[in-house]
Amino acid sequence: MGKAELPLHAPGTQVDKGYIGESVPRPNAQRLLQGRGAFTDDLRFPRLAHVAFFRSPYAHAKIKKLELKNALRSPGVIGIFDGRAVAEYCKPWVGVLAHLKGIKSPPQHAVAIERACWQGEACAAVVAESRTQAEDAVQLIEAEWEELPVVVDMEASLRGDVVIHEELKDNVCFKREHDTGGVDEAFAGADVVVEDTFHFGRHTGVCPEGRAILADYNAAEHSLTVYHATQAPHMMQDIFSRHLGIPEANVRVIARDLGGSYGIKVHVYADEMATAALSVMLRRPVKFVADRLESFVSDIHAREHRAKVRLAVSKEGQILAFDLDDLTAIGPYSVYPRTSGIEGNQVVNLTGGPYRHQKYKARMHVVFTNKNLCCQYRAVGHPIAVALTEGIVDLAAQKLGMDPAEFRRKNLIPDDAYPYTFPSGIKFEKLSHHKALDLLLKIMDYQKLREEQEALRARSVFRGIGLAAMIEVTNPSPAFYGVGGARISAQDGATLRLEPTGMVTVMCGVTEQGQGTEGIFAQIAASAVGVSIEKVKVITGDTGVTPYGGGTWASRGAGIGGEAVLLAGRALRSNMLDVAACILKVEKAELDIENNQIINKLTREPKLPLEELGRIAYFRPDTLPVDFQSELTVTRHYTPRQYGFTFTNGIQASLAEVDPDTGFVRLLKHWCVEDAGTVINPMLVDEQIRGGVVQGIGAALYEECLYGPDGQLLNGNMADYLVPMSGEMPDIVCAHIETPTLQSQLGAKGVGEAGTAGAPGAVMNAVNDALAPLGARVTRMPFTPERILQALKKV
Amino acid sequence: MDEALITTMTVNGARVTRSVPARQHLVDFLREELGLTGSHIGCEQGVCGACTIRVNGEIVRGCLMLAVQANGCRVETIEGLSDSKELEKLQAAFHRRNALQCGFCTPGMLMAAQDLIRTGRKASREEIRAQISGNYCRCTGYQAIVDAIEEVING
Repeated sequence: MGKAELPLHAPGTQVDKGYIGESVPRPNAQRLLQGRGAFTDDLRFPRLAHVAFFRSPYAHAKIKKLELKNALRSPGVIGIFDGRAVAEYCKPWVGVLAHLKGIKSPPQHAVAIERACWQGEACAAVVAESRTQAEDAVQLIEAEWEELPVVVDMEASLRGDVVIHEELKDNVCFKREHDTGGVDEAFAGADVVVEDTFHFGRHTGVCPEGRAILADYNAAEHSLTVYHATQAPHMMQDIFSRHLGIPEANVRVIARDLGGSYGIKVHVYADEMATAALSVMLRRPVKFVADRLESFVSDIHAREHRAKVRLAVSKEGQILAFDLDDLTAIGPYSVYPRTSGIEGNQVVNLTGGPYRHQKYKARMHVVFTNKNLCCQYRAVGHPIAVALTEGIVDLAAQKLGMDPAEFRRKNLIPDDAYPYTFPSGIKFEKLSHHKALDLLLKIMDYQKLREEQEALRARSVFRGIGLAAMIEVTNPSPAFYGVGGARISAQDGATLRLEPTGMVTVMCGVTEQGQGTEGIFAQIAASAVGVSIEKVKVITGDTGVTPYGGGTWASRGAGIGGEAVLLAGRALRSNMLDVAACILKVEKAELDIENNQIINKLTREPKLPLEELGRIAYFRPDTLPVDFQSELTVTRHYTPRQYGFTFTNGIQASLAEVDPDTGFVRLLKHWCVEDAGTVINPMLVDEQIRGGVVQGIGAALYEECLYGPDGQLLNGNMADYLVPMSGEMPDIVCAHIETPTLQSQLGAKGVGEAGTAGAPGAVMNAVNDALAPLGARVTRMPFTPERILQALKKV
Repeated sequence: MDEALITTMTVNGARVTRSVPARQHLVDFLREELGLTGSHIGCEQGVCGACTIRVNGEIVRGCLMLAVQANGCRVETIEGLSDSKELEKLQAAFHRRNALQCGFCTPGMLMAAQDLIRTGRKASREEIRAQISGNYCRCTGYQAIVDAIEEVING
């Protein structure tokens, strides 16, 4: 669909195309470029106290005694608090949701009481006048421990030889089974059955900025202001209110600049809740910033999965059925309030997603272990589902001797089959798999690459081409969390205000973490109202200021927040025309707004500058008719409701070269075609994809939280935990199909997670394609040189 | 433990003298003592590059140098190089190409890139990637950063 046909500028709408589809640079990037942003750790407060945590050195141990005497005498110490002391001010929580049937988890406290269940769990909080002094005092705490049996391996956890939480009877947090019926028959009748087991390494977000919170309790007002590096300020407002016993109206959460989040900063963290409680207890501002070592042992981890998958295929290459058995381990608690059951649930929902088979059976277990907690990290479940789907699809194509691109063409859901219900039960409004595949093969010059690959193999250069088709959940409705009882808003609101000078202020509940939310809101608002973009100022991330909203997660910012801004912009435009009609004493229908002016709709002749409209409306309303009141602040809300999720689709390709002597993988190029619906800012969309792809490459090649048999994290620092750096990353080519969602006027779907969803599968398939002539295959991420050499039987 | 030494250095052109705890890192001194919060702390072990600053004309990790070691030194930070306009072209190229998202790594990234730009040499994309290979960015995937630096270096 061409841009002219997008709903935003369809015939009859009041809105010009304006800035939609333009690569406008983000106005809010300027302060960051000069080092003049306001990250939480940059804030300065009088009487600010700092907290450092005494963390468990053991993965599972009883706290027999904490001797605080020496620590309390350390210079600058204000107070030291154990779990019981903090619990008096902060109620524990349980990370379960009603719609995940049977999910269970024990209560979790802000500071551990009696027992630590993972290495790094906070067991005491030391508050001092400086962070340095607090850390000094932490060293002086003397603890007596009784070590308890440790559950590290997820298969062992499922067997339940040792049960971590006795009261729960076993180690199963959540399980789900899904069966369309007819799967066994499909396998029995299949010409070809392929089967493999894929292992996904536990990894984490490694935000450049550690988690950060500054809580400021005002005893006189019984109010709490929290400066918080969070993606979901309203969710946190509710949680601080309920767990600290402060009326919600007295809690204000402010999220200023965030140094990376990627899903890491959308959860409730025990040490952050403790920090807020300490501010109440001490009646002064208290700050906690996780240092890098703390981040590795206490930021949520994700993706530790073992997935066994079988595929039934006809000899013509038609996929008949998928059979999945997924096992994932999440640490000792399900994370609050989103739960740690969602990633596994997504794997069940999404496996096989791009294809048109109708038979599907899945079994999935989420188990507890004595490792750091796992929860939702960028692209939740997608990287697992895409990689295991695309890995097994490639294996089937290989077995049939079919080209992987052809095999996909044969099986992708046809572009004219929508609306479509996938056998896991999810519904697709409109996807474009075939258009995306065609475009991908064209931009990468697939045929030529295959020829080049063949020629190079003859010279013992082993290159591989890997494809990964994908679907991606965006714009979630209340079906994601709300129906399960979580107080997480699926709707978002936007307020637009015309200022007396003709400026427009936009306030929205969606937050900005650098992805460009504020930039696209400015584009949408300017286009909807009819002003130039430099006239728009956007405010986000403050529960005291913005309309209520869910914040940033699940690729919802553009599709939900953007729609609210558009609707509010149109309403403000209409109200402004009402005022203009009064001032100019003409019919409203004769007027329009363009380029900061009221104009005549037909002749396009300027009639009234907006600053004059503002002047009269705000300072000389006495000159307007006595029964007229201008309304130049409007608020509109939007909730997606017709579908549980707005799905996007896309396909990625990776070109990789494997050195069979060293096991090193060199990435030569990466391509991504994505259909995110209406593209508001192509540059920002491409940059979201590129950044996401590189996170996915990290998962495929470098990143893994390695634990010893005693539950000790072995590589909890940035020298030992490898992340993608500039030297190893390929250039990434992006291209788009635009199939706008018809659920909204804007038509935007979402794009924040697409890159991360597809890249691991594409890289895995490229590596295996390179290794194929050598008779080797890898299925355990990350594909380190050691694992590749093992597959080649060289070590 | 908190033995302090009188330390004098020139920071962004202004002479400052402070009593500095011997164990305080230079980046902590700049942030805590001088309020220059543009240099960020990411890993405190010299890996991520977010605290990259310039000391006597050379880029260093602000987390691997003690503040007292900067006694008598000329220290330049993102704030200083922004005000002096030395980074103007590079910042404009970063902005135009969206070579930053969350912006946490950006000051360090700009310092590292400028270190190559001010040599006046042309550089290939590979050389640019090598120059910033000690600066961790989790948001961008690096390509736009390389593009922006390339634009300034090669015109």
